[in-house]
Amino acid sequence: MGILEVKDVNKRFGGLQALGDVNLSVQENTVHAIIGPNGAGKSTLLNCLVGKLIPDTGSVLFDGQSVLGRTPHEINQMGISRVFQTPEIFGDLTVMENMMIPCFARRDGAFRLHAIEAVENEAELRDQAEAMLDDVNMLDKRNMHSASMSRGDKRRLEMAMCLVQNPKLLLLDEPTAGMARADTNNTIDLLKEIKEKRDITIAIIEHDMHVVFSLADRITVLAQGTPLVEDTPENIKGHPKVQEAYLGESH
Amino acid sequence: MLGLEKKDATLLLIVFGLTMLAPFLLNPFPEGSAMAQFNAGYPDLMQRFVIFGIFAIGFNILFGLTGYLSFGHAAFLGIGSYAAMWMFKLFGMNVIPALALSVVMSGLFAVLIGYVSLRRSGIYFSILTLAFAMMSYALAYSVLATDMDGPDRQGLLQKGLTGGETGLQLTLQDPRILGQKAAEDGNLPVPNIFGLEMRSSAELELGNWVFTFSAGYYFSAVVMLIAFYLSIRIFRSPFGMMLRAIKSNQQRLNYTGLNPKPYTLAAFVISGMYAGLAGGLMASMDPLAGPERMFWTASGEVVLMTILGGAGTLIGPVLGAGAIKYMENILSKINSDILHGWFAFLPDGLEDFVVAIIYPFIGKGWHLTLGLIFMAVVIFLPGGLVEAGQRVARMFRGKKAEDDSKSASTEPAE
Repeated sequence: MGILEVKDVNKRFGGLQALGDVNLSVQENTVHAIIGPNGAGKSTLLNCLVGKLIPDTGSVLFDGQSVLGRTPHEINQMGISRVFQTPEIFGDLTVMENMMIPCFARRDGAFRLHAIEAVENEAELRDQAEAMLDDVNMLDKRNMHSASMSRGDKRRLEMAMCLVQNPKLLLLDEPTAGMARADTNNTIDLLKEIKEKRDITIAIIEHDMHVVFSLADRITVLAQGTPLVEDTPENIKGHPKVQEAYLGESH
Repeated sequence: MLGLEKKDATLLLIVFGLTMLAPFLLNPFPEGSAMAQFNAGYPDLMQRFVIFGIFAIGFNILFGLTGYLSFGHAAFLGIGSYAAMWMFKLFGMNVIPALALSVVMSGLFAVLIGYVSLRRSGIYFSILTLAFAMMSYALAYSVLATDMDGPDRQGLLQKGLTGGETGLQLTLQDPRILGQKAAEDGNLPVPNIFGLEMRSSAELELGNWVFTFSAGYYFSAVVMLIAFYLSIRIFRSPFGMMLRAIKSNQQRLNYTGLNPKPYTLAAFVISGMYAGLAGGLMASMDPLAGPERMFWTASGEVVLMTILGGAGTLIGPVLGAGAIKYMENILSKINSDILHGWFAFLPDGLEDFVVAIIYPFIGKGWHLTLGLIFMAVVIFLPGGLVEAGQRVARMFRGKKAEDDSKSASTEPAE
C-alpha cells in the first residue's frame, strides 16, 4: 500500500470528463512523475489531492486517511506540501519571514494567537529556517524583499518553504515551467540532493521529459483523464501507447 | 527595553516624550498673539488627539496588517461609549470599570460582526461592515431608544438603552450603587479615577504663555501609550507576521497549513476592542454618548486617518489622527475676518481677491482642504505622512544612509 492511494477518481466539469477512473498508487520514498499531454487532467488530479477540488466519485487516501472534504490547510497539516506552477510566495515579506511562516505552521498548527512574544526571539525556528535557506543556497538573500527576486529564486524559496515543513509528500506542479536550461538543471540537482538527504516522497507533474527521466522512479502517463500506463522510466520511453498519446494516432 | 527591539523602543520613547510634553509643544504661540488660534494645547483637543489615536492604532491592526478594509468601525466606538455610560449610571463614576466594560462589550460585538463579515473579502467585506454599523446606528437612534419603562413609570429606561437622538446622559436619578449619586454640590458627578476628576486641570503661566495640564488628557495619554505599546508587540509577533501574510498571499497561507479565518477574526476583534476603548474614553472625558458616533462618516474618518498617516506603519495612524483632528478644530475656526486681518498688508482689491480664493478652504470648508491633502497624499505619498518623514530623513542623511534605510525601513502598505 502506497503513501498516496487514488482509487477510481472521477471528476466532471459540465460535459467534460476531466478525470475518468483514475487509479494511482505512490510508494513511500519514491519520485513519482505524472506526465501527459495538455488537457490530460494532470492539474485537476493534483487539485483533487490538495483539497482545492473534490472528486465526484472515488477516494484519495494519504497515509491511510481520506483527504476528501478536508481544506487545503488541513491537508497540509497531514503532511502534504505543494509547489505551484507559478511560484506562490508572500511577496510583501522578506525571504526570512517567508521561511518562518511554514516553521510556525509546523510547530503551532493551523492557528495560534501568539500576539505578544516577538518573532525575533524564536531562535530554534530561526535556526531551522536558516539551515534550510543554506541548503538551497539562499542564505545571503535572507533580508531581501521576496517580490523583488528573480523567478528562479522565487521557485527555490517556495521549494524551501515546503521542505522546511518536512512533508511526507511533496507535490510539484511543473517546477521547471518557463525556466532556462541552466535553471532547470539546478532544480534537478536540488531535488536529487533533497532526495538523498531525507526520506521524502515526491509526486511531480512535468512537461519536460529531461526532468522526468532524470528524477522519476515511476511514471504514470495520463491521457484524456485516464491513466494509460504506469511503469519505470526505461519502459516508458519505448512504450508505443505513450508515443501514441503524445504524438497523436495519425503519426 | 520592555521586550522591544532598539528601533521600536526608541519610537515608543519618542511618542512617550511627545505626549507627555504635548501641553507645551502644542502651545507654541503666546496668549493673545495673532497666531494663538493655531495653538492646539487645550485639554479638549489634546484628548481628542490621543483618543482618536487609539481608534486609528486599532483600526490599523486590521486594515494595515491584513488589508481588510472595515467601513463600520465606528459601531464599536459607539458601543464602547454606551457601555461606559451605563457603567457610570449603574455603578459609579470610576473610569476603570467603565473602560473595562467598553472593551468587553465592543469585543463581543466584534466577534459577532466579524464572524459574519469575514465570510467575504474585498469590497463585500467593507459593505457588510458598513451595513452592520448603520444597523447599529439605526438601533441606537430609534429602536433601542423607545420608552422601555412603560408610560406610568419614570425609571432608568425611560429613554431606552441609548437615549435616541439626544444621546445617553447622566441623571441624578441614576442608581450608581457603588458610588455617590450626586456630587456634594448637588450637581451631576464627574467621571474620575479613584477620586481624581477627569476634568480637573492645573494651569501654568510663563510670561505670555498659559499651559494647561488636564487630568483627563494625561489619563487618556497613558492609555494611548499602553495601546501603542501593545500594537508594537502585535506588529512584531508571529501573529502580526501571519496577518501580513494574509494580506500578501492567502492561497500560499492555506497551502502552508494555516487557517486564515481565525487570524482575521482575531485581528478584527482586537481592533474592535481598541475602538471600544476609544469610545469608552470619549464617554469618560465627556459623559455623553450619542448615536452619531456610529454614523458612517465616523467610520470613514478613521479610514482617512490611517491612510493619511500611513497604513501598516506603527506611528502613521497616530499622526493621521492628529493631523485630521487638528484641521477639524483649528482650520474650521478661521473665518473671513481673520483672513482679512492676515492679508491687510495687500492693496484692497487684491486683499479681497486673495481672501475670496482662500475662503472656501477654511471654516466650514475645511473638508475641502482635507480632501485635497488626502488626494495629494494618496497620489504622491502612498505611504502617508510616515513616508514623507522617511523621505525627508533620507534627504538629510545623504546617499550612503539612503542605501541602508532602503532595506531597513518599514515597508508601508499599499
